[in-house]
Amino acid sequence: MIEFKLASLGADMDQGTLLEWRVKPGDAVKKGDVLAVIDTTKAALDLECWHPGTVHELLVEPGRTVPVGTVLARLLEPGEAAAQLPAAPAAAAVPSLPAAPATAAASVTATVTAAAAAATSAAAAAAPAPAARRPISPAARRRAEELGLAPEAIAGTGPGGAVSLRDVEAAAAPRAASRDRSVEIRATIAAAMSRAKREVPHYYLSDEVPLGAALEWLRRQNAGRPVSERLLIAALYLRAVALAAVRHPALNGWYVDGAFRPSATVHVGMAISLRGGGLIAPAIHAVEQRSLADTMRALADVVARARAGRLRREELTEPTITLTNLGDDSVTAVHGIINAPQVALVGAGKISARAWVVGGQVVPMPAVTLTLAADHRVSDGHGGARFLADVASRLQRPADL
Amino acid sequence: MSAVLSYREAVRQALREALARDPRVFLMGEDVGRYGGSYAVSLGLLEEFGPERIRDAPLSELGFVGAGIGAALGGMRPIVEIMTVNFSLLALDQLVNTAAALRHMSGGQLNVPLVVRMATGAGRQLAAQHSHSLEGWYAHVPGLRVLAPATVADARGMLWPALEDPDPVLIFEHAQLYNLEEPAGGAAQPVDIRRARIRRAGRDLTLIAYGGMLPRTLAAAEALARDGVEAEVIDLRVLRPLDATTLLESVRRTRRAVIVDEEWRSGSLAAEISARLMEQAFYDLDAPVGRVCGAEVPVPYARHLEDAALPQTPAIVAAARSLLGARPA
Repeated sequence: MIEFKLASLGADMDQGTLLEWRVKPGDAVKKGDVLAVIDTTKAALDLECWHPGTVHELLVEPGRTVPVGTVLARLLEPGEAAAQLPAAPAAAAVPSLPAAPATAAASVTATVTAAAAAATSAAAAAAPAPAARRPISPAARRRAEELGLAPEAIAGTGPGGAVSLRDVEAAAAPRAASRDRSVEIRATIAAAMSRAKREVPHYYLSDEVPLGAALEWLRRQNAGRPVSERLLIAALYLRAVALAAVRHPALNGWYVDGAFRPSATVHVGMAISLRGGGLIAPAIHAVEQRSLADTMRALADVVARARAGRLRREELTEPTITLTNLGDDSVTAVHGIINAPQVALVGAGKISARAWVVGGQVVPMPAVTLTLAADHRVSDGHGGARFLADVASRLQRPADL
Repeated sequence: MSAVLSYREAVRQALREALARDPRVFLMGEDVGRYGGSYAVSLGLLEEFGPERIRDAPLSELGFVGAGIGAALGGMRPIVEIMTVNFSLLALDQLVNTAAALRHMSGGQLNVPLVVRMATGAGRQLAAQHSHSLEGWYAHVPGLRVLAPATVADARGMLWPALEDPDPVLIFEHAQLYNLEEPAGGAAQPVDIRRARIRRAGRDLTLIAYGGMLPRTLAAAEALARDGVEAEVIDLRVLRPLDATTLLESVRRTRRAVIVDEEWRSGSLAAEISARLMEQAFYDLDAPVGRVCGAEVPVPYARHLEDAALPQTPAIVAAARSLLGARPA
């Protein structure tokens, strides 16, 4: 039997609201299938299955808000018969359910229970392997009953994480009142940025990077492309940053539990402004392995879905470095706050013509101010400067990107 | 009369008023006469009322408490002072087997209108034979009324209603309270010796204390208030019979309670109150009932160890916070 649980879809996520089921009991599923859509404070996200099987039972109804780690559904393993399920699992085989992981890299865990011995008693059968009993205060339990809410599905803020009366009443408050997404996003950003600015010792570097060659190359490329396939300078930035990050691993990864974990691949988080305020920085995966055109397609796709509020889980949790491009906003430079636990953020300002000395002559040159905000616990100014110079150098050779 | 009145002076005034008011009243105990009382409560009363009514007793708690019971049965209104609750154990037989039981064993024919006062509690480096809080033991016994004045006004106002009670009343005076001062309030205000009293109103949780724990519990409520937590503080005043109504009404409003009790935790009055709250307000509780009690050791002599063995304000604050969970400040 496979327990399909609500995974943490972000470092700061501790609960989610089930918006809809994409499957029903009896459906066969394979790894990667989207089983449910979960609403978090940031976006509606698809929750995927990481294990092939057959949907046996949906345990949570749409509309319910449940804590991370809640078993949402039970799936039969391939070859497992439904009849086997009701058997009470032998005590030794009952998995001890760990506390819900809340790490950025948390993923759906499928807890597999060994098929039980014999189904002797139907009464013993009834108990599914229970998740650790959630503490719920008596007052909260009674109030939840009055309101017709399942107290198990409410996130607790009482002593020891118990569901308290206040939590029940908050959960019962009209959804509309607490559903102002821009307010929630602002609160999420406030928490994440406050923590990053408080905990991460940032250093900042900047350089002016000429883009004459890159823009000219883009102009020629785009001349022959339909509008929908045109390349943007942001795609060049993405590729340049990703390729440079491979060469400078101290800028690419996560600082977790007092230690830096470099990432072998480069998932670039792209800061995207949202309608109604706020921003989100979903990952464009493995940018270093993509072609430029592929990177552009991924960028367009992720921007569209971010603004529609439909991102996939990995896109929010797995960036290893962030790029923020304020080039459309008429600012020269952006000195950003690192999106911890990442350790670096590259910023690009507007592209403008500047007086540039080429071969002893002053010529007009389109250029951008690239900045780097990096975590001094992991890298130093010298390493950061080399990284930024690497990015700048790659932008001079757009055909290689 | 000075502008402020100490707890010690309040007890003395209450004694003086009772002695003046009712000729049947007399005070008896170790060192209450010539020495003026081991806590100087009865200083000057011998001179004022004479040796017939301020009687030094021999070092025999069993004997002089028994004599007090006999006098009460004979129509007097004796006030017996026992030096500390630790020594009252020598008189347990008289208090439990006789004073508390006679009305019941005589089919209502013999009641014992006896008042016994004694000091209780630690905090004065008097070590393990003079510092314990055993009032909860007496609060266990049917037939006794047990009072714990925690304020100067209650020290002044509880004695007369106790003398008016037709049955034995024990009054526990916490030794650390004798120097407590409050503005003098003129005539003694009659005290309802059946009811607990809300000393501070609050909405977020209920702190329940009595006697010597009240001042530090109020201090804890002050500290909590600085962080926006409004604690209600209830002074039990009457340890038996417990005023459960006041406690339950408060806890049903605040939904959280911490009991502060200098006694040892096991089998304490705090345990009894906790059980009653669970029994009668379980579905109103939003957190487990908390307790801050004395450490389960004989009270140490050394100052720092004694302090560590007693409930202190920071521990009360911490216990209160632990019931509040992850509240927005």
